[in-house]
Amino acid sequence: MFKIHSEIFNFGASMAQPVQARVRAVLKESALLQADVESLADDADLYAAGLTSHATVNLMLALEEAFDIEFPDRLLRRRTFSSVNAIAQSLDEIGVYKEAA
Amino acid sequence: MTSRLAAARAVGVEIAARHADDVDAGARFPREALAALKDRQLLGIMVPESEGGAGAGIAEVASICDALGRSCASTAMIYAMHQIQVACIVHHAGKNAWLRTFMKQLAKDQLLLGSATSEVGVGGDVRSSICAIEEKDGRFSLTKQAPVISYGADCDGILVTARRTPQSPASDQVIVVVPRDGYQLEQKSGWDALGMRGTCSNGYHLEAKGGMEQVIPAPFADVSAQTMLPVSHLLWSALWLGIATDAVTRARAYVRSEAKKTPGGVPDGGWRLAEAASLLQLMKSNVVVSLRQYEAVVGSEDKLTALPFAVAMNNLKTGSSQLAVQVIHQAMLVCGLAGYRNDTAFSLGRHLRDAHSAALMVNNDRVLARTAQLLVALREDPGLLE
Repeated sequence: MFKIHSEIFNFGASMAQPVQARVRAVLKESALLQADVESLADDADLYAAGLTSHATVNLMLALEEAFDIEFPDRLLRRRTFSSVNAIAQSLDEIGVYKEAA
Repeated sequence: MTSRLAAARAVGVEIAARHADDVDAGARFPREALAALKDRQLLGIMVPESEGGAGAGIAEVASICDALGRSCASTAMIYAMHQIQVACIVHHAGKNAWLRTFMKQLAKDQLLLGSATSEVGVGGDVRSSICAIEEKDGRFSLTKQAPVISYGADCDGILVTARRTPQSPASDQVIVVVPRDGYQLEQKSGWDALGMRGTCSNGYHLEAKGGMEQVIPAPFADVSAQTMLPVSHLLWSALWLGIATDAVTRARAYVRSEAKKTPGGVPDGGWRLAEAASLLQLMKSNVVVSLRQYEAVVGSEDKLTALPFAVAMNNLKTGSSQLAVQVIHQAMLVCGLAGYRNDTAFSLGRHLRDAHSAALMVNNDRVLARTAQLLVALREDPGLLE
C-alpha cells in the first residue's frame, strides 16, 4: 500500500499510463536515442535504434530516478534494456505496478 | 605443461628470441617465429575438436602468450591478436555453416587472422563504426578506412567491424569474417613506433566483399562484451606479464653476476630486485585469478555481461599495463647502465618500449572512464572467492 501511495505522490497523472508509456517518457527525456522514441514499437531493439552500451548506464540511472527503484546487479545486463517491453518486464520484476488500479 | 605449451616455449626461446632484436630494429614482421608457430599447429588450437582443432582453453593460450612474450613481444602480440579473432568466431559462430567451415579451414591450414576494428573518424572508439555492410542479393561489400590493421600485409583473413546496414546508427555494429581472397588493402600509413615494432600496424584503405553468411550472427556489442573484450584483456595481460618476467629474469641474472664478484652480503640492486619480484607476483596473481574468473563464466551470456565481471576485466587491463612498466623500470634500476645499454645481455630498452604500448592500445583513460561508468551502476562487490 505504501508503495502505491508513494507512486501516486511522485507521478500523479502518469499513474494512469502503463509502464511502457512511462518508460518511453524517460527515454525521450534522457535523449539517449537518435531515433524518434514515439515511432518505436514496444518490442523494437533499442540498441538498433542507437542506444550505446555507454548510454545504458545513464538510462538505468534515469529509470531508477523516475520510478524510485534500484536495479539489482542480476538485472544489470544488456538484455534488460534491449526494448521498452524488456525494461517494463524488469520493472515489473522489481515490483513496479503495471498500471494504476 | 601441455606439449603445445612446451612447443610454444621452444619457439620462443629458440626462434623468436633469436630474431627479436632484428624484428625490433627493422620494424619487420616476425616471420620466422610465426612460421614456426604455424608449423607446430599452434594457430588453430582454440578451434573445437569437432571442427578439427584442439579445443584449447583460454588458460593454455594465455600461457603461450606469456611464454612468447618473454622472447619477442611483437610475436606474442600477433599471436594474442590472432587468438582473439579466433575466439570471436569459435564462441559466436553458432550453427552458421560458412563460419563452421571456415573454422575447419583455420585449423587445417593454420590461418593467421587479423583485425580491422578501429576506423578513421570515430576517435578510437571501436564500438562505433562509420562504414557499413552494403547488402545486395545475399552478398555484401564494405569499404573501411582503417588507421591500423596489425600485420595486415601478412595475415590470411581479417575480421572487420561495420554498421549493420547503411541506415544503422554508429553503435549498431556487426563483425564480418573476410578471408584473404575477399579483400584488398591499400597501405595508407606505416608503423614506425616506439615499441611493438614487429606488429607492423600499418594503416590501410580496406575494400571487402563476400557472402552475407560471413557476418557473425550475434551483434558486435555481444561479441565484444562477451568475448573480444575479456579475451583481449586476458591475453594481452598474459603477454605483458611475459615481457615483465623476462625483465626480472635479466635483473636476477645481473644481481647473480654481481653477487659472484662480492660473495657474502646482499649485492647492489638486491632490494630492488626483491621489489620487482613482488610486483611481478602481484601482476601474475591478477592474470591467473582473472583467467579463472573467465573460465567460470565462459558460455554463460548472463554472467559474461554481468557488471562485476566487466569491471574485473577492465581492471586487469589497466592494472597489468601499469605494472608491466613499473616492473621493467625496477629491473632497469637493478641492472643500471647494463640494462640501459642496447648491447648487453641485460638490455631492457626493448622491453620498456614494448611495454609502454600496453597503456595505449585501447587507451587506459578510455578503459578507466568506462569502468567508472560501470561502477556507478554496480551495487555489490563479490565475496573473496566468488
